[in-house]
Amino acid sequence: MNENIIPLNYLPLGKKAKVTALISEGTIRRRMLDLGLTNGTEIEALQRSPSGDPIAYHIRGAVIALRSEEASKIMVVAI
Amino acid sequence: MGLTSQSTGIGVLDSELKIERSRVDDKVIALAGNPNVGKSTVFNSLTGLNQHTGNWPGKTVTNAQGKYKHKDKSFIMVDLPGTYSLMANSVEEGVARDFICFGNPDATVIVTDATCLERNLNLVLQTLEITSNVVVCVNLLDEAKRKKISINLEELSNQLGVPVIGTSARSGRGLDALMDAVYEVTNQETANLPLQIAYDDTIEEAIRILEPAIQEQLKDKLNSRWIAIKLLDGDETLLEAIQKYLDYNLTSDENILQKISEAKEKICIAGIDHNMLRDKIVSHMVSIAETICSKSITFKNEKYNQTDRKIDAIVTSRIFGIPLMIGLLGVVFWLTITGANYPSEIIAKFLFWIEDQLTVFFTWLGTPSWVHGALVMGVYRTLAWVVSVMLPPMAIFFPLFTLLEDLGYLPRVAFNLDNFFKKSCAHGKQALTMCMGFGCNAAGIIGCRIIDSPRERLIAMITNNFVPCNGRFPTLIAIITMFFAGAVASPFQSLISTLLLTGVIVYGVFMTLIISKILSKTILKGLPSSFTLELPPYRKPQIARVIVRSVFDRTLFVLGRAISVAAPAGLIIWIMANIHIGDLSLLSHCAGFLNPFAKLIGLDGYILMAFILGFPANEIVVPIIIMSYMATGNIMELNSLDKLRELLVSHGWTWLTAVCTMLFSLMHWPCGTTCWTIKKESQSWKWTIVSFLIPTITGIVTCFFIANTVRLTGLI
Repeated sequence: MNENIIPLNYLPLGKKAKVTALISEGTIRRRMLDLGLTNGTEIEALQRSPSGDPIAYHIRGAVIALRSEEASKIMVVAI
Repeated sequence: MGLTSQSTGIGVLDSELKIERSRVDDKVIALAGNPNVGKSTVFNSLTGLNQHTGNWPGKTVTNAQGKYKHKDKSFIMVDLPGTYSLMANSVEEGVARDFICFGNPDATVIVTDATCLERNLNLVLQTLEITSNVVVCVNLLDEAKRKKISINLEELSNQLGVPVIGTSARSGRGLDALMDAVYEVTNQETANLPLQIAYDDTIEEAIRILEPAIQEQLKDKLNSRWIAIKLLDGDETLLEAIQKYLDYNLTSDENILQKISEAKEKICIAGIDHNMLRDKIVSHMVSIAETICSKSITFKNEKYNQTDRKIDAIVTSRIFGIPLMIGLLGVVFWLTITGANYPSEIIAKFLFWIEDQLTVFFTWLGTPSWVHGALVMGVYRTLAWVVSVMLPPMAIFFPLFTLLEDLGYLPRVAFNLDNFFKKSCAHGKQALTMCMGFGCNAAGIIGCRIIDSPRERLIAMITNNFVPCNGRFPTLIAIITMFFAGAVASPFQSLISTLLLTGVIVYGVFMTLIISKILSKTILKGLPSSFTLELPPYRKPQIARVIVRSVFDRTLFVLGRAISVAAPAGLIIWIMANIHIGDLSLLSHCAGFLNPFAKLIGLDGYILMAFILGFPANEIVVPIIIMSYMATGNIMELNSLDKLRELLVSHGWTWLTAVCTMLFSLMHWPCGTTCWTIKKESQSWKWTIVSFLIPTITGIVTCFFIANTVRLTGLI
């Protein structure tokens, strides 16, 4: 395991990262895959909602909001 | 989900796949696409139907159909729900997949968003696995151009092996070419040779083992290669669908079962477990999409989304996000209330002038007085009230609301509010279904299909009624204008009215959250499920179209429904007011019976009766209240809002009565159509009754509490 691997919800706003693994199962995993979150996909943290959660991410040209529960199951490495 | 008779009537609930062809050679076209790519706009432009469009995902949750003619052929177009994939992870995806697979469309048009084509291609590639009769429509080309994204359509078409047509549906560009392409595909003038997705060797081998067995059973009814992939993936829903639509149980075939386990073993030996298999399949498609895009798209400006980000940074910021949202709501209400005042009065004057002429006419005819009474004083007068009280606020509010919808603001509302919903153990998209509820609760309840988890869907359905719909919204405005703004039309008064209305709506949202939380902790226990929400790019609204659409789709439709319910209701009220038992009219008897209880919750018998009679459509509550007071009082000439206020005050209204009536309007039983929709959607009487009782009890408790607190503290 690389030390730089962090769950997506720890990625600071404005920073970009690459997906290294999905640790979710079942439907959530499928949802994430549908969004195009496969290994190596570039993702950027854009904007927090007023209460801090969810956070909007830039994923393959679309802006998608994810709750911390989902984001914490996406492992990324900051670039 | 638009607010047309089609979407709120019986038709919309029927998601059967049968399409009525009026002639044998009518061609059926399925219209698929990701959410929010302008699919409904394409559909409307081609078919001329008023499928309501809005800049937020999940507008279409059932199949709407429309017809168009091109050259010598008729085409029936079926608008499928917007989906990211056909994996049938959700109801919408299931509906879309089932139609493409089992609805036998002659062609499937996939609408894609030119500004984020790569992700859209996922759906295209999945569809190509099922059928080769596909036309890809790259929509929103104008927007892509503005963002300096250029797309080589020809290259894209070469890569995909199917026709690719570029359009800007909002301005109608490219639609002719799209119709030409559909025409050609359906008339077999060109046989598509779509891109065949080849997986890695292990998976391909497994497919080769399984495919012939399926081919043997299903013949050419479905693409057997695709079924094979799905079976390896363990897609249960597809098996159910095959059973349902083809009346065939694949797993009852020994040969197939055996081949499945044989193929799965192959995969297992190669060290691929179930998750990995799916990942491999999806990653493979994603990488193909990436490759295709890299060959056909060039971004001249990498920072093409900067403006949107800047807007988002403000409208969803920690400090401004929520105040701005409430403020915006307030501005809309303020414009509606101030703007509606004068037209209401003018319309009322005009309609009551007509009433006088009708009276003269009936007198001249020499009809018996009860005919004049029933028709003019009963039916006509109620209608006149419905129109004059409701039309102006609707004609102002709906375009404004549609404007926000068009801009793309509503998903930001969901984004801002999501954390509250999460804390209530509910789904963030509930905010979107609430926005639909502003239009019509029945539509909002159908809209709850965008929520996948059955538990959260039920919560959203039960609490949807806390958002005032089209029918109740004018009731609120009417009461405010009559009671609070009507007396003195100063700027200060309209400010108070706005605050009051905003307060009521915010209170409704607050109650939604509380009740959701209570439900999550009691009868609908559970944790929040997964949540992803797309924040689409902001779009410049087309003002003219917004006005036309909101006036015709919404205002006139709602008014029409109100009128059709109000006419008989007016008649009933008149009859009840004119049949006397003992000294009192039937109306007074009924109101008298309800009065003790009604007083407890700050209303009176007539108001409560109006709510009961308003069960078929909430629009008529205020007109019924006015009619019943007039039938029992002695003020017969009402032609201004000031007089209305006098009428209410003379029947004992205080500001407390007005507040309680508004709160009760916000929180009481859902209207007939809504109840019926809940029954249909939940497939359960139990949940229908729960949805009936919960808002009713909440309303009664709230009104009781407020009325008695105010009385006890001597505020009144």
